[in-house]
Amino acid sequence: MNRYPPWKYLIIIVAVLFGALYTVPNFFPEVPAVQVSSIKATVKVDGALLTRVQNILKNANVAHGDGFVDPVGVKLKMPDTDTQMHARDVLQEALGDDYIVALNMLSSTPAWMEKINAKPMYLGLDLRGGVHFLLQVDMKGALDKAADRYSTDLRTLLRDPKIQSRGVSREGHTVVMRFRDAESRDAARNKINRSNPELQLIPRGEGDDLQLVASLTAAEQKRIQDNAVTQNMATLRNRVNELGVAEPIVQQAGADRIVVQLPGVQDTARAKSIIGRTATLEIRMVDETPGALEMAMRGQVPFGSDLFAERNGGPVLVKRQVVLTGDRINDAQPGFTESNQASVHVSLDTVGARIFKDVTRENVGKRMAILLVERNQSEVITAPVIREEIGGGRVQISGAMTTREANDIALLMRAGALAAPMEIVEERTVGPSLGQENIDKGFNSVLGGFIALALFICAYYRVLGTVSAVCLTVNLMLLVALLSALQATLTLPGIAAIALTLGISIDANVLINERIREELRWGAPPHTAIAAGYERAWNTIFDSNITNLIAGLSLLMFGSGPVRGFAVVHCLGIATSMFSAVFVSRGIVSVIYGHRKKLEKISVGQVWTPARETLEANFAAPDGAKLLKAEKGAS
Amino acid sequence: MEFFRFTRDIPFMRHALTFNIISLATFLLAVFFLAYKGLNFGVDFRGGTVMEISYGQGQAADLSRVRAAIDTLQLGEYTVQSFGTADTALIRMPLKEGASSAQLSERVMEALRADNSNVVQKRVDFVGPQVGKELYQNGALALLFVVVGVIIYLSARFEWRFAIAAIIANLHDIVIILGFFAFFQWEFSLPVLAAVLAVLGYSVNESVVIADRIRENFRKMRHASVPHVIDSAITATISRTVITHLSTQLMVVSMLVFGGEALHYFAMALTIGILFGMYSAALVMATIAMWLGVSRENLVKPERKKDGLEAEKIMP
Repeated sequence: MNRYPPWKYLIIIVAVLFGALYTVPNFFPEVPAVQVSSIKATVKVDGALLTRVQNILKNANVAHGDGFVDPVGVKLKMPDTDTQMHARDVLQEALGDDYIVALNMLSSTPAWMEKINAKPMYLGLDLRGGVHFLLQVDMKGALDKAADRYSTDLRTLLRDPKIQSRGVSREGHTVVMRFRDAESRDAARNKINRSNPELQLIPRGEGDDLQLVASLTAAEQKRIQDNAVTQNMATLRNRVNELGVAEPIVQQAGADRIVVQLPGVQDTARAKSIIGRTATLEIRMVDETPGALEMAMRGQVPFGSDLFAERNGGPVLVKRQVVLTGDRINDAQPGFTESNQASVHVSLDTVGARIFKDVTRENVGKRMAILLVERNQSEVITAPVIREEIGGGRVQISGAMTTREANDIALLMRAGALAAPMEIVEERTVGPSLGQENIDKGFNSVLGGFIALALFICAYYRVLGTVSAVCLTVNLMLLVALLSALQATLTLPGIAAIALTLGISIDANVLINERIREELRWGAPPHTAIAAGYERAWNTIFDSNITNLIAGLSLLMFGSGPVRGFAVVHCLGIATSMFSAVFVSRGIVSVIYGHRKKLEKISVGQVWTPARETLEANFAAPDGAKLLKAEKGAS
Repeated sequence: MEFFRFTRDIPFMRHALTFNIISLATFLLAVFFLAYKGLNFGVDFRGGTVMEISYGQGQAADLSRVRAAIDTLQLGEYTVQSFGTADTALIRMPLKEGASSAQLSERVMEALRADNSNVVQKRVDFVGPQVGKELYQNGALALLFVVVGVIIYLSARFEWRFAIAAIIANLHDIVIILGFFAFFQWEFSLPVLAAVLAVLGYSVNESVVIADRIRENFRKMRHASVPHVIDSAITATISRTVITHLSTQLMVVSMLVFGGEALHYFAMALTIGILFGMYSAALVMATIAMWLGVSRENLVKPERKKDGLEAEKIMP
C-alpha cells in the first residue's frame, strides 16, 4: 500500500543532500580579500606569483589568510578591511604597473566545497551595488573611418603615369574617383581589382567626366564592423583594468553593443570618464639635443621635453609637441619587413597620413617615439629611427623586436584607440547601501511569506499540510542550491520570483490534498484516497506548470537584465516545485502512512461529509470512490 | 477546518450572461482608462534618467532645496518627489535631444553636493531612446509569445474552444491589471511587465484546473447537461481555487509589507492579477467555453482509451 520502492527514496535522499550541500555556502560570511591580476596577456598569473605576493606581505609584516590562484588572478584572504587596504597599497607598490591589485570579498566557504563548485549565489548588480553600462558602437563612424583609409590608399594607387586621374574624394561611405578618359578608368579598375579585391567598383558618368565609385562589399563591411566591436572591447578591457575592479565584465551584446559591468564600483564619475576616454596614443619626436638626455637623467629635464622609460630599455627624452594622436590611427597589425624582421604595420587616416609624410620628410635619420598615454601616465612603446619619407599613411615600425612584441605593440596601438566612437545608451548604477537594502527586503519578503504560508497550510491540512510545508522547505532549498550550483545571476526580481514560485508551488499540494479530501468524502478508504489523490492531481499539476513555464521561457527569451533574473528563477522554480510537491511529498506520505496495513484515518484536516444521498444526487463521484463501488459490486 | 461546504452544485451557468456583462463592463472600463489616461511608462520604456538620492538616516530630504539646486543647472523639465522614506528623493529627467545624458547625473550630483554634502547617490538609471524602444518591443513580443504558446498548448492538450476561452479570460485579467495601472498612474516598469506575464501563466493555470475537471465530469456525468457539468466542475474546484490563491497572495502580501518601493508595484500587479484570476478562470473562461459550444463529443471521445489506462493505474 502506497509504498515507494527503495530507489525512489534514494533519489529523494540524494536530492535533499545535494540541496543541503549547495545551499550551505550561502550562509558562510564573506571575508575581505585582495586580488592580483595581470594587465598583459604575456604576464602569467600562476603559483609563482602567489608565492611572490605572500613573500611581499611577509616582508612588509602584513598578516594574511589563505591564498589561491584562479583564472582571474591570485586571491588572498585578509583578516579585516584595514589590513586589506594596507595590503593593497603594499602590493601595488611592490608589484608595479604590470599588475592590478583590487579589493574583493570572498566567501569563507571551505576549500573542499569550492572545489565541487558549491559557492554562494552570484548576486546581480542591484544586490551587490555597482555600475552597468550598455555602450553602442557607432557603426557609421567605423565605416567612415574605413572609407577615409581607402581614399588614401586609392589616391596613392592612382599616382601612375598611365592613369589620367582628376581626383579622388570620399562621399559618405564610398570613394569617387574621376578620370579624363575611358582607358585610364579601365586601367585604374584593373589595378584596384588586383590590389583591393574587397572593393566593389561601379563606373558612372560620361563624356570627359568619367567616374569610378568604390564601395565596400557587404562582407567587408561586416568584417570592419565586427572588428570595430572587437577592438573597442579590447580597449574597454584595458581601461576597465585600470579601475582595479575585482570581477569586471566586458561582453558583446548583439551586433553593435557592448555591456560593461563593474560590481562594487562606487566612484561612478571616474568609471564613466575612464570608459569614455578617447585618444590614448601619441606620436612625438625624440629630443636628440646632445647632452640633454644626460642632464635629464640627473634630474634637469630640458624645458619642452619629457623623460620616459622605453618599454624594454633605457630612458628616452621626448619632445612635448605631439605630432599625431591615436585617433588618426585606423589600424595596426603585426607583420614582417622585406628582410623578414618582425614589424608593426600601422595605417593612418587621410589627415594623419599627410602630417606623417611631412614630418618624416623633414626628420629623416632622427628618432620618433610612439607613446601610449594611460591615465596621464605615458610609456614609450617604441622609438624607431626614420629611414625615409613615408607617404600614403602606411607606416611600418620595425626595430629590435620579437614577433610577440610586434603582436603586443600592434594590440596596444589598436586598443589604445577606439575603432569607432561609442555612446552610453543605458546606465544602471546601484550604490552599495541600496544593494544591501535590496538583499534585506528580498530576504524578508521570502521569509515572511514562507512562514505565513507554512503556518496556514499546516493548520488547514494538518499532517498532510505539514508534509506540504516540509516539501515547501525542500523546494526552497533545492531552488537555492540550483541557483548556487549554476551560478545564475540573482537579482531583486529574482528574489521576488523565489517568493512567487513558493506561492505558486503550493498549488500542487492543495490540488492533491483537496482530491484526497474529496475521495474521503465519498467514503474511499484512506490508502485508496491517497493513491487516487496523487494520480488524478498529477495531470492537472503537469498542465498548469507547463503554462507557467511558457510564460517563464518567454521572459527568458525576450527579457533583459533584472527581468531575465526573474525568468531564470521562475523556470528553475517550476522544475523544483514539481519534483518536491509531487515526488517528495508522496515519499513522505508513504513513510508516514504506507506501512500501516489497516489505516483507519488520515489527517488531512476536517473532511466535511454531507449525507450520502445529497452527494450522489448532486455530484460526480471521484475516481477512487467509484472504483471502490465497482469492486464491491463485482464481488 | 474546511472553508467550503457545498451540498449541491452552484448554478453558475444560469447566470452566465450576468457574469459576462460584469466582465465586459470591467474590461471596457479598463480599456477606457488605458486609452484615456494611458500607462505611466517608467524610465525603462520611455527612456530618460532616474536618480534616487538619500540624505542619510534622520535627515529629511528637503524637496524644495533639491529643486533649487537642480534649477541652477537649467536642465529644463524634471520632477522631484519623495520616495519610500523621508530621507530619500527621486529625481526624474526626460530624454533630451542631443544632450549627452551620461554626464547628466554627475552634474546633478555635483549641484546637490554643493547644496548639502551629506547627499548620497543611491541609484541612477539611464535608458537611451533606442534601448527604451527595444525594451518596449521585446515586452510586446514576450506577451505575444505567451499568448500563442498557451493557445497551442491548450489546443493540443484539451480543445481549441478551451484554448480560446482561456486566453480571452486571461487577457481580460491582463487588461484589467493594465487598467488599474492606467487609472492610478502607477509606474509601469520592467519588473511590472514580468509580473504581468507571470500572472498570465498563473491564471492559465486556473483555467487548466477547471477545464481538466470539466473534461473529467463529461466522462463521469454521462447524462447531465453541459451547464450542469460545468457548474459541477466549478463547484468541485472552488475550494482548491480559493486556497491556492490565498496561499499565493500570502507571499505577495509579504512582498508588499517587506519588499519596499522596489517590489511594490510588482506585488500590486500580482495582487490584482490573483484576485481577478480567481474570478475569470471560473466565470469568464467557463462561460465563454460554453458559448463556444464545448460538448461531451468534442472532449471525451479521443480520450476514451487513455481514460481506461489511467483507471487501471489508480487501482490500489
